Amino acid sequence: MIIWILVGLVLALSLFKSKEKTAAALRASWKFFRTLALPVLLTIWAIGFLLTFLSPELISKVLGQNSGWRGTILAALFGSVVLIQAFIAFPLAGSLLRQGASVSAIAAFVTTLVMVGVITAPLEVKFFGKKFTLWRNLLSFVFALIIALIMGAWLR
Amino acid sequence: MKRIFTTKNLAILLSLATIIVYLFNHQKAFSILLLAKGYLLEMLSVLPPILILIGLFQVWVPRQTVEKAMGSSSGLKGIFMAILVGTVAMGPLYAAFPLGVSLLEKGASLFNVAVFLCVWASIKIPMILFEIKFLGLDFAGLRLVLTLPSIIIISFFLTLILEKRRKI
Repeated sequence: MIIWILVGLVLALSLFKSKEKTAAALRASWKFFRTLALPVLLTIWAIGFLLTFLSPELISKVLGQNSGWRGTILAALFGSVVLIQAFIAFPLAGSLLRQGASVSAIAAFVTTLVMVGVITAPLEVKFFGKKFTLWRNLLSFVFALIIALIMGAWLR
Repeated sequence: MKRIFTTKNLAILLSLATIIVYLFNHQKAFSILLLAKGYLLEMLSVLPPILILIGLFQVWVPRQTVEKAMGSSSGLKGIFMAILVGTVAMGPLYAAFPLGVSLLEKGASLFNVAVFLCVWASIKIPMILFEIKFLGLDFAGLRLVLTLPSIIIISFFLTLILEKRRKI
């Protein structure tokens, strides 16, 4: 909600300074919205699909049972594919950790969850192109594994 | 081959898949739409103000300002700016894409935009507090300390790969 108030204030300031420029700004916003609307809607639909079939229980089962490298890589892959909000993901990760999942698996899961987005990749391609999207996600995945490895060795 | 993943095809594919799921299991189909609805509402609560902000940004902020603050010669200051903007901003990663593009169009360097995107995705103050609460200070702190240099290195490689290709 804070962002609405903040943007409302900035918008009011802009309107106060120049009506023409504000109108031009809103036209630009509208143009962005039109290019964004359908891809975003489809992305959200795909998320609904994925979360229906990959329930938190299933994720917890698969990640919790595995440890070591296989578990870590599996966790990283899971984190890359699913898109869960932080306020669902962190409690889940915390409970997995207490259930005996390895630190590196959980670190890999949390890091790829935020940094790598397979579902949002088509959207990212639309804005930044294929090469950027591919390499950003690939590099993020590799570094998530490195972070997980270091954390696994450090925190026991 | 190139045009398989068009928006239209994706829409058709999702519609068909949902109908097939509905035929086999009504409840699962409703669950898909219900989850999608939840995300849609979340999206609608952050996207409009961000889009308005982008519009205002495009009209009011001169190219030179962005170029100076985040351009290719901005150095450490540019990286710092990218991190700052990424940390304080709100919303999911896909909301950052249009903002990143408009930063690029206004003359920010690819490196800084990459840093901005990665920071937006992974480093958020409320998110860190949440992580500390559920995973502990050791876990969250160490992950943060490792993530920041990783983002710099990722962005460095990303720039190296993309700029090289552009020149050839």
